[in-house]
Amino acid sequence: MMSHWIIAPVVLPAVMGAFIVLTMRHDLLLQRVFSIAATGALAVISLALLWAASVNPPEVYRLGNWPAPFGIVLMLDRLSAVMVALTAFLALAVQIYSASTGWDTRGRHFHALWQFQLMGVCGAFLTADAFNLFVFFEVLLIASYGLMIHSGGRDRLRAGVQYVAYNLVGSTLFLFALATIYSITGTLNMADIAGKVAALPEQDWAMIRVGAILLILVFAIKGALVPMQFWLPATYANAPGPVAALFAVMTKVGAYAMIRTGTLMFPPATPATGTFLSDLILIAALLTLAVGAIGVLGARSLGWLVAFAAIASMGTLFVAISQFTPEATAAALYYTLHSTLAAAILFLVADLVADRRAHLRLTEALPPIARSGLIAALFFAGAIAMAGMPPLSGFLGKLMILDATRGDSMALIWSVILATSLITIVGLSRAGSVLFWKAHASTPEEPAETKDEPLSFAAVFLLIAGLVALTVFAGPVMGWMEATAANLHDPSSYIGANALVEVGK
Amino acid sequence: MSLALIAALPFLGALLPGLMIRAGRNACAMTTGFVTALALLMLGLHAPAVLRGEVIQTRIEWLPGLGLNANFFLDGLGLLFAGLILGIGLLIILYARFYLSKSDPMGQFYTYLMLFQGAMVGIVLSDNILLLLVFWELTSLSSFLLIGYWKHLPEGRQGARMALTVTGAGGLAMIAGMLILGNIAGSYDLTVILQNKEAIQASEWYLPALILILLGAFTKSAQFPFHFWLPHAMAAPTPVSAYLHSATMVKAGLFLMARMWPVLAGTPEWFYIVATTGLVTMVLAAKIALFKDDLKALLAFSTVSHLGLITMLLGFGTKAAATVAMFHIINHATFKAALFMSAGIVDHEAHTRDIKRLGGLRHLMPVTFAIALIASLSMAGIPPLNGFLSKEMMLEETAHTVWAGSHWLMPVLATLGALFSVAYSFRFLAHTFLGPVRDDYPHKPHDPGFGMWAAPALLAALVVIIGLVPMTAAGWLVDAAAGAVTGEPVAAKIKHWHGLGSPALWMSVLAVGGGLMLLASHARLDAIWNATPRPEAKRIFDGIVEPLAALARRVTAISHDGSLTRYLAIATVTITALGYYAWATADHGTGTRALTPIQTVPAIGWFLLVVSSLALVAFHRNRLLTLVLVGVIGLMVSVGFAYMSAPDLALTQISVEVATVILLLLALNFLPKTTPVESSGGRKLRDGLIAAFGGTGVGVLIYALMTRDFAFPSIAEYHLANSYKEGGGTNVVNVILVDFRGYDTFGEITVLGIGAIVIYALTEALLRGGPANDRLLAWSPDQRRAGDRHPLMLVVATRLMLPVALIVGVYIFLRGHNMPGGGFIAGLVVAIALVMQYMASGFAWTQARQKIDYHALIGAGVLIAAATGIGAWFNGVPFLTSDFGYVNIWPLEEFELATAALFDLGVFLTVLGAVMLALASLSRIAIRAGETINVDAFDIHPENDGPRTEPATTTTEAR
Repeated sequence: MMSHWIIAPVVLPAVMGAFIVLTMRHDLLLQRVFSIAATGALAVISLALLWAASVNPPEVYRLGNWPAPFGIVLMLDRLSAVMVALTAFLALAVQIYSASTGWDTRGRHFHALWQFQLMGVCGAFLTADAFNLFVFFEVLLIASYGLMIHSGGRDRLRAGVQYVAYNLVGSTLFLFALATIYSITGTLNMADIAGKVAALPEQDWAMIRVGAILLILVFAIKGALVPMQFWLPATYANAPGPVAALFAVMTKVGAYAMIRTGTLMFPPATPATGTFLSDLILIAALLTLAVGAIGVLGARSLGWLVAFAAIASMGTLFVAISQFTPEATAAALYYTLHSTLAAAILFLVADLVADRRAHLRLTEALPPIARSGLIAALFFAGAIAMAGMPPLSGFLGKLMILDATRGDSMALIWSVILATSLITIVGLSRAGSVLFWKAHASTPEEPAETKDEPLSFAAVFLLIAGLVALTVFAGPVMGWMEATAANLHDPSSYIGANALVEVGK
Repeated sequence: MSLALIAALPFLGALLPGLMIRAGRNACAMTTGFVTALALLMLGLHAPAVLRGEVIQTRIEWLPGLGLNANFFLDGLGLLFAGLILGIGLLIILYARFYLSKSDPMGQFYTYLMLFQGAMVGIVLSDNILLLLVFWELTSLSSFLLIGYWKHLPEGRQGARMALTVTGAGGLAMIAGMLILGNIAGSYDLTVILQNKEAIQASEWYLPALILILLGAFTKSAQFPFHFWLPHAMAAPTPVSAYLHSATMVKAGLFLMARMWPVLAGTPEWFYIVATTGLVTMVLAAKIALFKDDLKALLAFSTVSHLGLITMLLGFGTKAAATVAMFHIINHATFKAALFMSAGIVDHEAHTRDIKRLGGLRHLMPVTFAIALIASLSMAGIPPLNGFLSKEMMLEETAHTVWAGSHWLMPVLATLGALFSVAYSFRFLAHTFLGPVRDDYPHKPHDPGFGMWAAPALLAALVVIIGLVPMTAAGWLVDAAAGAVTGEPVAAKIKHWHGLGSPALWMSVLAVGGGLMLLASHARLDAIWNATPRPEAKRIFDGIVEPLAALARRVTAISHDGSLTRYLAIATVTITALGYYAWATADHGTGTRALTPIQTVPAIGWFLLVVSSLALVAFHRNRLLTLVLVGVIGLMVSVGFAYMSAPDLALTQISVEVATVILLLLALNFLPKTTPVESSGGRKLRDGLIAAFGGTGVGVLIYALMTRDFAFPSIAEYHLANSYKEGGGTNVVNVILVDFRGYDTFGEITVLGIGAIVIYALTEALLRGGPANDRLLAWSPDQRRAGDRHPLMLVVATRLMLPVALIVGVYIFLRGHNMPGGGFIAGLVVAIALVMQYMASGFAWTQARQKIDYHALIGAGVLIAAATGIGAWFNGVPFLTSDFGYVNIWPLEEFELATAALFDLGVFLTVLGAVMLALASLSRIAIRAGETINVDAFDIHPENDGPRTEPATTTTEAR
């Protein structure tokens, strides 16, 4: 008996989104209650799926009951499960924040779009079909565009146009990549592609490599890998704070797809593609780290600073991914959880500041903001996490990534990671100093808080608690990640679960 | 467990001050002190065992995969340092209670202090170098908070950032060093690493590891050339300075060198790097200290100098020198903490710590004077105080040390350092306390209350006691610590008199004599010093960081300047180049499919396509013409689909084209009719080349794909074979859309629905105020309008067409499963028919005649599609599994019912709703721009050939 729960993370938000549009578009309270409840339910379901994926081998879900590779299948494995769970928990905390700060009142359809966004992200994590991945990239792109321009404003709309235009280029590229891969292999099921690519006659190698690199470039756009990162800073800096926080998981969709593609369809051991993908990813990742760190140091405003910090963290993550070894992949997965939460925390803190300060520019000091002490403490925690300093999980993640990159390029990788860490630390300390310390130079007293929104702080604390849990339980979490990485690098159980049928049989 | 608890106690204690401050400052300080005392007590309970030579261990598994575990151990060295950290910490807590003013947030202070204390205790108790790194970086972070505690002071902020930058950089280098070291030793546990001296020193990675680890130690312990941060950290409140720079933070580097001594020391590399750095630091900093007028700056450089001294001793790599190092650590901690606190008292009472504004305080502050006297004499190395003992021993060691073949270099320079040390110590004492009482102190000083001088007095007492009976007071601790450092039992012999034959005696005499002479001529030397230009560390540091930050700002601003054209140009070049690279670096066999012959009709179509594409590029400034050309291109693509036997695609494409062109036309109404010239000629050429490059890439790729066969049988074969048998439809395309890959369609209709509600939300946002809204309000048509917005002919024609179009829509919908058609196309057809009504008679008129909200259509469409999918669950089959059967209902012929049709209904509704919602949004913009709402079908009544009614005002908007 096949478990229908696998598809619940897609169907639940889809139904809820449509339901909100249909019946409660005029009442915000209704939307809040149902939407947050749905996200909560998603979180619970994701936990159940996580548990199922931990104890069971990868499980297939055949849509329309068609056998793979002829229909679309979903696949629940450890990686998919953990990404869905990460998304659900992030979304829940950030959604509470949105409701508490009233962000959802500043435009229309916030909650419906939020649900559709979750549908897109979860769908992308769960699907085992390359074309279906494209479809869910579309879902999450269009929903994210709606969320990004939520409540409007000139700068936001302008950044939104760039965001959607750039990413539509990515969508087009995705189609080219899929067309190429399909024209060679004759299939769209990822496990099937894996087998076909491995058995590909030599005369088709050049073409499949083109398909592979185009696909990787699509994911590079999503994951903001240099030189495809240009869309990210303005988008994240101008998006509403909670939306930017949710977007922390969107770049991870790119990272996820890269891991999935690089371990399943085009692993370094496959002769047709070999290590050329991983070599390119490594170079791009190191550049990404550098661009991100330089951006942190040179950021004009807090929003841009956090956006570039997010780029830098993607660089670190892709360095680990580019190794395509079980150790490095395990470290990458751990770092994925960490950097998602860390970026989200900083985006929310930036929003808390933006709410109380005339602007977010770092070039001038303004009088202290209300709740300056508490917000400064939250910023400090977020900055520590982002910079990879102890005691939070970023330090552990970075240590494990360093430990897992003892290959030929060790000196280069280590130098770049450590040097950019320093630049990031300097940039973050300068920003914090201007925002929270220099403010006291003229007027030492901070004003009293005028509004009462304890839930927004609680949401940030919830995310920080996530980081603390990742730190304290690093051992068990890593044990789990190592098993996940082992499965990824030996995808036989994943491929087997597809029960692929050969054409004509 | 108990060791972990000792390390954890200060962290737990850090939570208390913030709360306890509500109970008052005394309660706050006492709670903090209690926690520290408790940790100290727990440490003390272990002391007897450690002194017996036992090593106490606590092991907690944390991250075994990496080898990072919460393993702690306590030996003599750890005991010495932990004792200093907690013991002096306790005194600092006491002192700070009276030092901080009422306006300083004391709870915050103690919180930071406890965090720092915990980090330090963690360092010295760690039995795992990765764990040590964790605590190491924590000291950097917590000291950042402590140094920047007075956040309103620019010096505090800058000093904090500088300290964090320098020690942070060292810490990062150390991470690399520790990872290498652990790799050589095969474990990150110190107790294991310490057993692997041979393996480590023989490894080719020894030198990199050594350098990286020493970078961490040197930056933390302020060794030249990283010493400059420490004096700037003096902007912190004095209790912080006293704590960080006497007993703790700066000693962390020394601790690390001592900890690693058994495995890293003893090689020429170690000797030359460590001993030389220490020596240079000692002499240089002592010299600078002499010329500092700020009491705390003087003490800061003195600290740097003494750290250099200890570093040098550790660098010697001998057991005797290491023993002296341990002894001096104790002595320095006692006299330097006392001195910092005295300086703080002076500052607190006289409101200045500028030596040049002080003097004669011995009469006004006798107690403080007594404390400072003892401590500074000890710092100068005057018998019988403890500073004398360790300094003599240090000089003795240098006398036996050969540096690069030279027997005299070490002793001479060490004596010089000692000489400066004497000079600045006496200057601290004489220029502050001696001389006549002045009448121009910023504030009339007097001795503070007992609470404030109790802590330094206790330390001064220790200075005397250790000085008088060193073996009883400290010998055991030195033995234990040195034993732990060297790994061999140590029995130090500390005594005052070594006989006249001891070189140290004469070096000491020389230092004291020379130092006093130097002090005597201080005024003259000071003038010279002030006249000589010298590198100013802060200026250099800022001179590096600020331009780098400015450069980063520029690089970021230029590279991310918001030019979408450039972003896309980079993307296009990257994509095409990498695509070529991927292709060129592997084997490629040319495709085997023959080209089909070129026929006339397709050739014309191809020609039209190419010409209209080129024309589009040429005339893209004229927006209306662009739209027409886009229409042509779309039409040709549709025709192409039809020609290549894809009627479904052709139908879809053409209806999409119609719908989009109509919507775009409506949107264009509110845009300027032409786009401005934005690119220069050179830029156009560049972009043209890039576009040609990308276009060629795409063309070549598609050519390559279309001229080759699948390498394996494609899944399409299955779809063809099973469409009717399993899917119940003969139109394979439709069966793929609603069945084989219905899930894709489900996603795509959602995309369409989301798109429409995004357009709606965007319109809301635009119309809510802001520049776009203002522009709309001020909108005046830039082209002549037709006199009649709703011409009679159009109205009549569309009315007539409506039922036909609806029937066509239903027909297309129903036949979809077996013939070209389906919900998607039907939705578009119906939408177009409705759009025509809106165009003919205006939005409001039409809207008033139908009650369906388009949001609801979208929501219902997606829900119906989802419900169809979910329905399969009740049949025990997966989402979207279709079912079909044939039914007979009289008088109809037998016909087929498929769940796929229900799914298709969802598709139909969503498509219809999406197009109509987009239209509605555009109408709202039109109304905002001044379009009047008509209540009748026509503006001009056919009977009287004039306006039938006055157009309604624009106040009411369509729903």
